[in-house]
Amino acid sequence: MIPIIGLVVGIVAGFILQPTVPAPLEPYVPIAIIAALDAVVGAVRALGEKRFDDRVFVISFVSNVLIAAAMVYLGDQLGVGSQLSTGVIVVLGIRIFANAAAIRRQVFHA
Amino acid sequence: MRERRRVGRPLQLLAGVLVAVLAFAIVAQWRQDEREDFSGVRGAELGELLKSLDASNQRLARQIEELSATRDELRDSSASSEQAEEAARKRAAELAILAGTSAAAGPGIAVELSGPEDAVTAAILLDSVEELRDAGAEVIAINGAARVVAQTYFLDDRDGVRVGGRLLEPPYVIEAIGDPHTMAEAVRFRGGLADRVEDRGGTVTVEQRDRVAITALADVPEPQYARPAS
Repeated sequence: MIPIIGLVVGIVAGFILQPTVPAPLEPYVPIAIIAALDAVVGAVRALGEKRFDDRVFVISFVSNVLIAAAMVYLGDQLGVGSQLSTGVIVVLGIRIFANAAAIRRQVFHA
Repeated sequence: MRERRRVGRPLQLLAGVLVAVLAFAIVAQWRQDEREDFSGVRGAELGELLKSLDASNQRLARQIEELSATRDELRDSSASSEQAEEAARKRAAELAILAGTSAAAGPGIAVELSGPEDAVTAAILLDSVEELRDAGAEVIAINGAARVVAQTYFLDDRDGVRVGGRLLEPPYVIEAIGDPHTMAEAVRFRGGLADRVEDRGGTVTVEQRDRVAITALADVPEPQYARPAS
């Protein structure tokens, strides 16, 4: 319940405040969003399997975001920023698809 | 279980806050991408963008060159066709004067031949026309009514002379455009036209004029058999 409230509050705040992403963070926000989505989808899957844990969710969320941002930063420093961010997005995308497939199996038994 | 709840409550709140932050970030990024600027684009991508812009720039510049060349060509050709048209018009005017289908004016002479009935015959008129042509007459008309061109014929008639189908009566006035002095000499030289007419009892008067206007036109029949061949 609380996360859903958080979701609504975040969206409403985003539309009301109309924020702009600060320039220094610009390369990291998209990757961080994907990483956080991965954590959220994983949490939904765990919820469906009745083994959801707040602690695990919070830690995986934060660590996902930090690691993704760190990889992009490292890639930018090494001059392979765009390739590395593509790689990160591919890996996270695969994980999101896998988790989504598990959720689908639980919900629709198919 | 009780202990777990106590620890779980703040963690649940934290999870909600994290989701809120995520939603907020998504909205922020979404709005960011709707703006059309390049602040979020990496250096390498900017380079690629610049390169492709350069390439399309060059392509368009080449296209501009080609099209300008085509335009210049077309302009030249229209100018030269204008010249050709001008030349054709000039030539048509010249030919119209030669064929007797257009009026003409210029310096020339007027020769009046008069005398008794048979002093001036068709042969005399024809001779005088030939004489004037020899002297460079460009346009000739007789009595202001009969234009003398290549097809014109001279026939003796009861009341006068038939020139190109028109009956002319004496006195005959031959108007000719050309060099006035030369033509006047051609009429008056010893043993020439003037002497012959005067031998038969007629009189010849030659008047040199700065401007002779000939408005008589020749009847040019539409060619019935001949067609241009080229």
